[in-house]
Amino acid sequence: MSGNLAQAYAPLLIHLLVALGLSAILLILSSLIGQHRPTREKMQPYECGITPVGDAREPFDVKFYLVAMVFILFDVEAVFLYPWAYVFRELRWFGFTEMLLYILILLAGYVYLWKKGALDWNPSKTQRDRQT
Amino acid sequence: MFPPRQDVLRLMPEIILSLSGILLMLIEPFLSGARRTLIVTLAALGSGLALVSTIYPATLPGTAFSGLLRIDGFSVFVHVVVEAVAFLVIIGSADYLDREKIQHGEYYALVLFATVGMCVMAGAAELMTAFVGLETSSISTYILAGYRRDVPRSNESAMKYFLLGSFATAFFLYGIALLYGATGTTQLARMTFPTTPGRERLLDLGLGLMLVGLAFKIAAAPFQLWTPDVYEGAPTPVTALMASGPKAAAFALLLRILATVGAAGTFWFWALWVSAALTMFVGNLAAIAQSNVKRMLAYSSISHAGYILVALAAAAASDQVELGVAAVLYYLAVYALMKLGAFIFVSQLGGESERHMEIDDFRGLAVRQPVAAACFALFLLSLLGLPVTSGFLGKFYIFNAALASRLIWLAVLLAINTVIAAFYYLRVIVVMYMRQPNQTWPPAPMPWAVTFVLSIAAAGTFYLGLFPGRVMALATQAALSLPGR
Amino acid sequence: MTPQLVIFLVLAAIAIAGAVNVILQRHPIHSAISLISVMIALAGLFLLLESEFIAVVQIIVYAGAIMVLFVFVIMLLNAGAEERTNMSRMARYAGVPLAIFLLIELAYQIGAAALSMTPQPLAEDVTRRLSMLLFQDFVFPFELTSILILIAILGALVLAQRGESVPAKGGPKTIT
Repeated sequence: MSGNLAQAYAPLLIHLLVALGLSAILLILSSLIGQHRPTREKMQPYECGITPVGDAREPFDVKFYLVAMVFILFDVEAVFLYPWAYVFRELRWFGFTEMLLYILILLAGYVYLWKKGALDWNPSKTQRDRQT
Repeated sequence: MFPPRQDVLRLMPEIILSLSGILLMLIEPFLSGARRTLIVTLAALGSGLALVSTIYPATLPGTAFSGLLRIDGFSVFVHVVVEAVAFLVIIGSADYLDREKIQHGEYYALVLFATVGMCVMAGAAELMTAFVGLETSSISTYILAGYRRDVPRSNESAMKYFLLGSFATAFFLYGIALLYGATGTTQLARMTFPTTPGRERLLDLGLGLMLVGLAFKIAAAPFQLWTPDVYEGAPTPVTALMASGPKAAAFALLLRILATVGAAGTFWFWALWVSAALTMFVGNLAAIAQSNVKRMLAYSSISHAGYILVALAAAAASDQVELGVAAVLYYLAVYALMKLGAFIFVSQLGGESERHMEIDDFRGLAVRQPVAAACFALFLLSLLGLPVTSGFLGKFYIFNAALASRLIWLAVLLAINTVIAAFYYLRVIVVMYMRQPNQTWPPAPMPWAVTFVLSIAAAGTFYLGLFPGRVMALATQAALSLPGR
Repeated sequence: MTPQLVIFLVLAAIAIAGAVNVILQRHPIHSAISLISVMIALAGLFLLLESEFIAVVQIIVYAGAIMVLFVFVIMLLNAGAEERTNMSRMARYAGVPLAIFLLIELAYQIGAAALSMTPQPLAEDVTRRLSMLLFQDFVFPFELTSILILIAILGALVLAQRGESVPAKGGPKTIT
């Protein structure tokens, strides 16, 4: 690592070390000094203060997956914008056009998702009718 | 800064395919009711137009997009094959999708996008581009394999294909990384043999890993284990696509690397030789034991990959790659037509939910549906390689290339395998023609779309079997257009 | 030992230990969390190579977005601790030796090749060069990735969206 970059990232490294060290120290200290009197109530999972019902591990609705998937895809799209913005001035109109094309293609995907009701948590009745 | 206009024109097929795919995807959610005609017409139009627009790259050879793509006779030949496959699969799918109640625009959009990927693979002269093309075609086919979402078999097919396919792609990508490390470039044409000691082994290693990745895609032994389950579980028209399109594209990529990178031929030769021999035997011997026609055809497609590998080994063995490359290209065209025909036929005859896929279900088909049975028999005989059919000439050219490169043993093994293959192809024909029908269900009608696809495939099979001159000339020209080593 | 070497060794050790742990853990969630540590260590390694952009992408896309998806899928499947199965004969006698052979071969060859290379001075502004390459020479594959993302959108919807949203067994989970 050349001098400049090393200097630039040294605070990050120190921060990381301090964070790791502090959390380790706190955990070790509390397990050494603290008193441990586990009771059944104490060992229960915390669920907003009410008595927990059922198993914490239940199958999730597939909708969560869909949202996560769509999030990743547009996240990847956004990641390309960073290097593009960095050289935007140098690329001039060509850079603008290529990114416009890229985003337009993905916009088509967005419109598709929207009209398919993938972004609605509870699809309205008309959409449900259309899908069947 | 802007790429010149020719570059865009050279990409016309890809652009048309992408645009029609996007269009289909966009109108899908807005349609309701009578959508089938519109969707199928649009998809067929898109792939048909792409096929026609291949005239642009054909008349404008050269490199495009700073040397990432190389538009030459070779890439145009493969373009035509995969676009024709897409066109025929789209038309041949319509009735199947109706029957299975999965008539969606997405299906056709995915087929079109997969074709874009295959076209890019055919023209890629640089490995990152080839990789993105490979991913585009593979991921679309993974999804298509699982398109019958409510059928566990189809899910299994998609799952197996996806997991193993991702592994193969990872091998391919690792190979690219090592090649880049060895040569400092991802441009195939610039990958010269490195002079620094130590790096040449890196080059070999990279080439080896890439061969593993592509061998998976073409279902060459010992990377063929996924094929029967995936082909059997996928919707049959998708199987038709998988067996002909992506395979042709992967072979094209292999050939281009083989012809462009000097080290590839010498390093790959024995791997190709052994894999060719293994693939032929594994495919044919396993196909004998099958009672399910779809599964039998899956094994048969493995064995055909073996035949094509013989020609690849021939191209790798000699300094003159043209003979082997031309044989591969000719066989790819031949194979795509007959395999596609066979699978589309089976998709129609299988009936609802692909119920009638056992060989026994084909009993007395010649009595029940004489024309259809004759058509299927033609494809089977061509797959077997009987004279007059295209399969014979395809095998003849491979044989020729193998002998010209002095691969006598491989040629002998090819001949032995043709005899083994005769057993299971002829068994189906015997069942169709010499057994009395005992089915309780009515004969499956042949809708006009399927009839159209089958007649084109049958006509092509005859044409390539009787008049090889023009296509073979094109294949030779394509082979010569590859940059020499 | 320079500080860079120390940082490299620590990060490499974390990455390898994390990767091994991903396989050894029985519960998928533990594997997933282990994978995050691998991703972060890799990001550190990229930073050490002065590839700031790749390092940040590694965190944003892999450690962030993709791991979220992993965790969702694990919850979706309600995957519990996995059962150990004995390896098949094929895997034990052919797969494992071959995998070990590949590992040794790769490590040996890359090591040998690395010894023969002389370190090159890095370009002035790596991110700028990367961006120019990506958006000038590699425009075509870049635009093609948009099609790839469209395919992924189609795939997610085709395979995961139920025609009528059928709640999972016992109704959708409410977050408390």
